[in-house]
Amino acid sequence: MLSRRSLLKGTSSGFGYLAFAALANEQAARAAEGTTSTITNPLSPKKSHFPAKAKRVLFLCMDGAPSHVDTFDYKPKLNADDGKTAPARAGRFGGGKLLGSPFKFKQSGKSGLYISEVFPELSKQADELCLLNGMHCDLPNHPQAFIQMHCGIFQFPRPSLGAWVTYGLGTENANLPGFITLSPSGGNGGPVNYGSSFLPAVYQGTKIGRGGFGGGGPGGGAQQVANLKNPKQTAQQQRVELDFLQSLNQNAQEQLDGDAGIEGLIGSYELAFRMQAEMPKLMDLSKETAATQKLYGIEGGGGGPGGFGGGGGGGFGRQCLLARRFLEAGVRFVEVNVGGWDHHRDIKTALTNSCNNIDKPIAGLLQDLKQKGMLKDTLVIWGGEFGRTPTSQGDGRDHNSRGYSIWMAGGGVKGGVAHGKTDDYGFEAVDGKVHVHDWHATVLHLLGLNHEKLTFKHAGREMRLTDVKGNVVKEIVA
Amino acid sequence: MTTRLALAAAFLTGVALLVPLSRDAQGQPVKGTGFIDKPNADQIAFFEKKIRPVLIENCYECHSAEAKKAKGGLSLDTRDGFRKGGESGPSIIPSSPARSPLLLALNSKNKDHAMPPKGKLPDSVIADFETWVRMGAPDPREGKAVVAKKYEVDIDKGRQFWAFVPPKKHATPTVKNAAWVKSPIDAYILSELDKKGLTPVGDADKRTLIRRVHLDFTGLPPTSDEVEAFVADSKPDAFEKVVDKLLASPKFGERWGRHWLDVARYAESSGRAVNMNYPHAWRYRDYVIGAFNSDKPYDQFIKEQLAGDLMTSSDPKVKAERIVATGFLAIGAKTLNENNGTQFELDVADEQIDVTTQAFLGITAACARCHDHKFDPIPTRDYYALAGIFRSTETCYGTIRFIQSNKPSPTITLPKGCGLPAGTDEKLTADGKARIEKQIEDLNKQIADATDPIRTIFPRGQVQLLRSRLASFDDAGDPKLLAVGVRDKPAGKGGPGGPGGFGPGGFGPKGGFGGTNIIADSPVYDRGEPNKASATRVPRGTLQVMSKSPLKIKNGTSGRLELAEWIASKDNALTARVMANRVWLHLFGAGLVPTADNFGAAGMAPTHPELLDYLALQFMEQNWSVKKLIKTVVMSHAYQLDSKNNAKNYDVDPDNALVWRMTPRRLDAEAMRDSMLAVSGQLEEKPPVGSVVAKAGEGPFNARGGFGPGGGGGIAGAINDPRNVQRSVYLPIVRDNLPEALALFDAPDPSLISADRPTTTVPAQGLFLLNNPFVIRSADAAADKLMRGTTTDTERIRAAYLAFYGRPPNEKELTNAEKFLKDYAAQLTKDRVPALRQQRESWSVFCQALFASAEFQYRK
Repeated sequence: MLSRRSLLKGTSSGFGYLAFAALANEQAARAAEGTTSTITNPLSPKKSHFPAKAKRVLFLCMDGAPSHVDTFDYKPKLNADDGKTAPARAGRFGGGKLLGSPFKFKQSGKSGLYISEVFPELSKQADELCLLNGMHCDLPNHPQAFIQMHCGIFQFPRPSLGAWVTYGLGTENANLPGFITLSPSGGNGGPVNYGSSFLPAVYQGTKIGRGGFGGGGPGGGAQQVANLKNPKQTAQQQRVELDFLQSLNQNAQEQLDGDAGIEGLIGSYELAFRMQAEMPKLMDLSKETAATQKLYGIEGGGGGPGGFGGGGGGGFGRQCLLARRFLEAGVRFVEVNVGGWDHHRDIKTALTNSCNNIDKPIAGLLQDLKQKGMLKDTLVIWGGEFGRTPTSQGDGRDHNSRGYSIWMAGGGVKGGVAHGKTDDYGFEAVDGKVHVHDWHATVLHLLGLNHEKLTFKHAGREMRLTDVKGNVVKEIVA
Repeated sequence: MTTRLALAAAFLTGVALLVPLSRDAQGQPVKGTGFIDKPNADQIAFFEKKIRPVLIENCYECHSAEAKKAKGGLSLDTRDGFRKGGESGPSIIPSSPARSPLLLALNSKNKDHAMPPKGKLPDSVIADFETWVRMGAPDPREGKAVVAKKYEVDIDKGRQFWAFVPPKKHATPTVKNAAWVKSPIDAYILSELDKKGLTPVGDADKRTLIRRVHLDFTGLPPTSDEVEAFVADSKPDAFEKVVDKLLASPKFGERWGRHWLDVARYAESSGRAVNMNYPHAWRYRDYVIGAFNSDKPYDQFIKEQLAGDLMTSSDPKVKAERIVATGFLAIGAKTLNENNGTQFELDVADEQIDVTTQAFLGITAACARCHDHKFDPIPTRDYYALAGIFRSTETCYGTIRFIQSNKPSPTITLPKGCGLPAGTDEKLTADGKARIEKQIEDLNKQIADATDPIRTIFPRGQVQLLRSRLASFDDAGDPKLLAVGVRDKPAGKGGPGGPGGFGPGGFGPKGGFGGTNIIADSPVYDRGEPNKASATRVPRGTLQVMSKSPLKIKNGTSGRLELAEWIASKDNALTARVMANRVWLHLFGAGLVPTADNFGAAGMAPTHPELLDYLALQFMEQNWSVKKLIKTVVMSHAYQLDSKNNAKNYDVDPDNALVWRMTPRRLDAEAMRDSMLAVSGQLEEKPPVGSVVAKAGEGPFNARGGFGPGGGGGIAGAINDPRNVQRSVYLPIVRDNLPEALALFDAPDPSLISADRPTTTVPAQGLFLLNNPFVIRSADAAADKLMRGTTTDTERIRAAYLAFYGRPPNEKELTNAEKFLKDYAAQLTKDRVPALRQQRESWSVFCQALFASAEFQYRK
């Protein structure tokens, strides 16, 4: 792999980005001594370690931690014992009152997976889903768990999953970022969750829009990429300006004998320049047919450029459709964030609302990917930072990191499968346990990357997404 | 059901936790617990006759090994189990039946707390239990409690953690290269470098150094004249003179005040679900800037923000300033559509605990709201000791009753003659007043006539907006002098914990929000739920792990002043360290404690613990002077190092944690925007009075001109106005609507308390610098300035390099710039741009490229 050192050398001895890229190539080839390298720029596509099942990732991130026992982890005994006292072995929840799910579960598809009635549309896609019902992570605290879900560990700054994937595989479209995150939360570590940490800054996620309450991202209007057009310059004029600007940056880089920040700056200007042509086309959802828009639950068939903020009117559906367009255009890793899953109170109403918002769009997304022939090599992931307690907290549920569910679909995972389980009530994963590290290892595996070999030298150590842990869950690989 | 006893037992009055039981209490006398461990024959007889049979009959079913049950974690079939108690703590306070959760449960009339669940025991039996507890609970039963205790905060052990041990003097380390050492700071730095075999890089050149210190102190680059004067000054005190001059500049407060505003989560609106304006928040902003400029001692700065209203002064100016300071506690994000008054009050107190403990102590006590802190020795009890203080405080943040906004509060009128300006220079004329009154009348008629209640919602909101507008002027039509802040609730009958303490509060048009209305201690809320208050209350106080003795609160006051004094004390192990660390962070780019937001166990240990102690002690010895502390740091050799990379050092310490060089870093958002304004000659140096939000008044942030819903106009338009040439610290800070120039370049979300900002590098920033109207305007202005002052291309390029970078261009750079001007003009000709416009266009784009360049954006 290309080390930061060689990147630094590359950037500090060239002129302009294109020259830099060519030189980086030479340097890398020389550094590799004999091994053939195909690297031309840090974002250009790279070969995986072994043949990949999935080529790209779509992570539907449920910020706030959805309840597993009300969605994908059917617990008849919990329902039967509703109102009873939780056993002492439930740790800090021992002594709490069990709360049966207010939702009915039914078996769906040929596979007969149990899915709750909160997902009427998604359950029709049951045969595509691979449920991981034995998930667990280290802490039932939002910030730590959210960062762990994205970066593997939370104690120190680390690159996020999307940055690692982009670092490992590059991206297919040089005119777009390799890693895009839609409406990420400003809390729970904020940018850390799509940051590149010690990896070169080109692998950082580009955010579009912002999560949290209230509409209006930067620019105060619809959530979209702002400043995409210069009010007075032509593209050619701007290119002349940019060449000059990059020569200044190159000089600054040399003055410092290499600097990772400036190296990232040089790359980001090039990308910004190219995005101006590409992004408006992609963000224009009106290019999609009314039928497709309907599939995603977008009402009224509108959808000009950008504009999925403000809630209602199929906001999440727009994000899903936009995500598909990015993936189709060659973006390696897209994350779609949707908040509001921290259902401490009134789980019945709150979870119903949250699920209503995403059910149809996700079902539509899976169908759309299938009909475009993309599902087979697109890994779709759905999940939050942990699950919730089978015991009640008033009429809601508290945090539970010891057992919860996520699911994956497409991209080389078995469909219609439920892997792993929690105890009778859903307190703790007991069988087929999958820690976040294991899950990360598996995601990389599906992308043809060995999690033990995808490393980057930092502070004298070869760093990994999975730290010193992680086992690939072979059972779910198709 | 099962947690009844646990609930009743929930967190005692302190004794039990202040004297935690040894885990190996069985069979051993435990010092100071009051338990009898070697009962005599009479005592044994009493237990066997009066107590044990009752326990077997009524309690073992749910609380014994035999029944394999220990509800609420409590087992009563062993002495050990009894004394350790359940999840919520010991069940007995020896010798004190009245405070023993066991007796409280036996006596309780509350169905949820009462034990045993089947029904109350006869009074005579309860009396036996009282006698027994008073005896010291003699209990001959052996055997360990079967149920493992859940994690319990071990305060004594917690006191050993480095951050809770007060800073102490250390011998200055000796180093080989003593000549390198300019100040004790350098000895600490060099000694660590020596250990790793690293050598610091050379010194920064004078041009780099003056640009560094200007940007660090004022957030603005030096002018060409300032650079040249410094370069020409070869006297040994040349640097010190610059440092002193910059410390005295009013621009110093505008930069260092902004650092504090990050920590204070400063914003001018409530955020969250309904984003209502805080039109008076700007006063707090100005207070902070003023405090840094006047070098207000940091301990006093703390006290004023937490309890300025309780500090006495006869000077109306000082009085007003101290009221404004308490805005610190009022400007947090609030969920104004919360219906449950207790929930709202608990949330407000929670936010205040969060900001107080993070801003001053660098720890996250708010984590202990629902459960004991998972990393730090902060039990939930401590949290509610603090909560009692803040719940005894009335938070006056303003806002009005409006659609979805149902928790308005009063504002505070500043004392007459305080000399502070109004937030707007508008006057309300008699005509204007009459017009508004007429509007209100019409709207009220509309409301009265409406047949569909839905149709009254909007006019009702309008009426509230108009009334609040009327209320913001005095009888003479001048704007009232209002502020947001806090004040104590009235002392209730019976004092702390007395009757009536926590009944529902008043619901006046502006008064109360359905929470409590007097000074009182707070109960513990099980898992933070507002309907699960414990039977007992926690005396108001501080964090035990950092206290030698309980807080002594003056009768009839909330305890904020005592809390503030505890924080602002030289005995507090964290206060000086946390601030010294922030000063280091802002000067070096990373704190000595790299997790500047977290000094707790989940944070990181200091890279140079002895240096941190040295700085903390210096800070306190110099009367908490922030300016003196900053000067101490920048006069070190370490601060004046070059920022050049070094391959050998980089391989060992890529993060520069050991300070082998000065870390180069991108300017923060404010410094970048302000530098563009300064270099282009547009910067308005005079601070504005008030704020855009102040002029808009109370109401939802997106109201147009203060009236009616609908974005676009009003504040929403002003947030990103490219013509605004004020310093960035004065831009409107509306939650969830940060100005783009700030948000894109990593300004923190003002709903979060942030000591340290991340630095991201993303294409969206590139797009801003290439295409945004503000940048283009600044480039135009910079070009005009260049063209006015000089005539030849070479002169202009030279002047530009001096103004933008603080250095002249070399030959290669001159040639490169000249080539660009030629190329750009050629492209313009090709694109048929008239020759008349070409020159200015080319220079404008030249300036824009310089703004966008790494050398401009970086402080080396």
